[in-house]
Amino acid sequence: MKALVCVKRVIDYNVKPRVKADGTGVDLANVKMSMNPFDEIAVEEAIRLKEKGVVTEIVAVSVGPAKAQETLRTALAMGADRAILVVSETEVEPLAVAKIIKAIADEEQPGLIITGKQAIDDDANQVGQMVAALLGRPQGTFANEVAVEGDSIVVKREIDGGLETVKLALPAIVTTDLRLNEPRYASLPNIMKAKSKPLASKTPEDYGVDIAPRLKTLKVTEPPVRSAGIKVPDVDALVAKLKEMGVA
Amino acid sequence: MSKTLVWVEHDNASVKDATLAVVTAAAQIGEVTALVAGSGCDAAAAAAAQIAGVSKVLKADDAAYAHALAENVAPLVAGLMADYDVFVAPATTTGKNIAPRVAALLDVMQVSDILSVEGPKTFTRPIYAGNAIATVESTDAKLVVTVRGTAFAKADATGGSAAVEAVGAAGDAGTSSFLGSEIAKSERPELTSAKIIVSGGRALKDAETFQSVIIPLADKLGAGVGASRAAVDAGYVPNDYQVGQTGKIVAPEVYIAVGISGAIQHLAGMKDSKTIIAINKDEDAPIFQVADIGLVGDLFTLVPELTGKL
Ligand SMILES: Cc1cc2nc3c(=O)[nH]c(=O)nc-3n(C[C@H](O)[C@H](O)[C@H](O)COP(=O)(O)OP(=O)(O)OC[C@H]3O[C@@H](n4cnc5c(N)ncnc54)[C@H](O)[C@@H]3O)c2cc1C
Ligand SMILES: Cc1cc2nc3c(=O)[nH]c(=O)nc-3n(C[C@H](O)[C@H](O)[C@H](O)COP(=O)(O)OP(=O)(O)OC[C@H]3O[C@@H](n4cnc5c(N)ncnc54)[C@H](O)[C@@H]3O)c2cc1C
Repeated sequence: MKALVCVKRVIDYNVKPRVKADGTGVDLANVKMSMNPFDEIAVEEAIRLKEKGVVTEIVAVSVGPAKAQETLRTALAMGADRAILVVSETEVEPLAVAKIIKAIADEEQPGLIITGKQAIDDDANQVGQMVAALLGRPQGTFANEVAVEGDSIVVKREIDGGLETVKLALPAIVTTDLRLNEPRYASLPNIMKAKSKPLASKTPEDYGVDIAPRLKTLKVTEPPVRSAGIKVPDVDALVAKLKEMGVA
Repeated sequence: MSKTLVWVEHDNASVKDATLAVVTAAAQIGEVTALVAGSGCDAAAAAAAQIAGVSKVLKADDAAYAHALAENVAPLVAGLMADYDVFVAPATTTGKNIAPRVAALLDVMQVSDILSVEGPKTFTRPIYAGNAIATVESTDAKLVVTVRGTAFAKADATGGSAAVEAVGAAGDAGTSSFLGSEIAKSERPELTSAKIIVSGGRALKDAETFQSVIIPLADKLGAGVGASRAAVDAGYVPNDYQVGQTGKIVAPEVYIAVGISGAIQHLAGMKDSKTIIAINKDEDAPIFQVADIGLVGDLFTLVPELTGKL
């Protein structure tokens, strides 16, 4: 079974994002970019399934600027077999990303598609579910544990009250949550090897997908800032404060 | 006026709190019809009919909807949307699972996690872990929106008297089934509606220490219990305790962060709390930059002392 993993190039999670002075967005100039952390988990899961002999080939896909090549090379260095970059220098919304992934899935016929549960830049939490809808296939979102059993996949999901387990007929879409696995680091030899793995470059037009945005961003602003308050010297002072607030 | 269809989160018997904030948001967009999809969900539909501001309840009662499997409920919602302009769901794990699937079926770009309604098709929403707030306007004919519960007041659970109308089921897609769940039953307030929350971080060492230090303080205060990702990953507490960008978003009256450094991903989940109290031994910990009241020192002496003095 072939696995398709979706990886997005995003601001590194250690960087504190700054809103541009003109209110048009977040300043990404000269900011460290990395693979979306949930997508590292997606790649890792595909590799583990390959190591178990369940998955035979891993294709990593990214929709993004030419620089997203670096992100795909990271996926290849971790253990993906080949990569497809769908180049767009303008932002592509989740719905259009999902349509592109769907078109790629129609060509590649993967048994499993793994995406992150959310990208840490736009925090939309949409793409995996949208791909599932467009393909008419089941979805296991916020996965904490997965096991392929014959022609199904059993997914334990992180939900608000705890955990839930569903069984999905393959082909299926899985979106990763934090506890699914701990992604490996690519070793130096694998980083070198990744440079010669195949990476196809495509465009949204190649897949006949219209990426014109449906949402207009009118402005982007800083959230209200919280200022630091006071420090109390000891527990008694804290208790006094809590009493003042009517909490204790 | 727009017609909105609200996803009611329920357990077939009663309506979950998350629904009430969604009704408030939907009422700012247009007329509110509530959809109760479930199995044996008469009681939930009756409860939804009493929510102030709901003008009609649609009840879809079918075994296929027992566990809100997205494969089964998304086609139902997409079908019903022929008569509505806006689908509104809570940004809970259920809402986040279903809404994008509905959006894709309708060929609509969803607006996730809205903080406010600025116009018929204009909303604010947090991006980059809440470090920026985007104002977005949809150009789609129909809209799909998820709502951040802490950003809207809760509609009154009673006072309404909407009619309940049964609607036909769309059937079972046959591609997914529910096997089981592990839901911890607790007497404690739910995190997303608790007035006070005590959260513990990596500093709590292990599950036993978390239990013996954090829980007595929470018990004294009648508080909900939360945790940082580090504490969840290390297995001190279950996953549903995680507060943050990728966990639960909370905004209690009082949030007490114990042994939590204050990473941006954690702050994203709690910085709208009314009063933030931090206990940390590192006086330069970032959590103190947002805390209203800080106490610097060793939590293993300070927290038991605090619990004792309350
Ligand atoms: C500077 C800036 C400006 C922006 N302006 C706008 C705007 O004007 N309007 C607007 O609607 N949006 C805007 N966006 C958001 C952008 O369109 C979204 O970030 C993107 O379309 C996908 O949303 P998401 O990553 O939050 O999706 P999610 O649904 O959160 O992503 C979930 C998963 O889907 C997969 N995935 C997502 N995107 C890709 C991808 N490109 N390639 C491969 N896999 C992917 C990954 O596995 C990911 O983990 C802007 C973003 C930035 C950084
Ligand atoms: C994709 C992604 C998503 C994430 N999502 C979330 C999320 O939703 N929620 C979240 O919380 N994190 C999230 N994180 C993780 C986040 O980046 C931090 O790693 C995490 O919040 C740190 O947890 P912590 O504060 O408990 O641990 P640490 O950062 O290790 O802090 C421990 C603190 O305890 C203090 N301390 C130690 N001993 C004592 C003592 N005896 N007495 C008093 N204080 C003491 C230390 O001074 C320190 O400040 C995410 C990360 C990524 C990459």
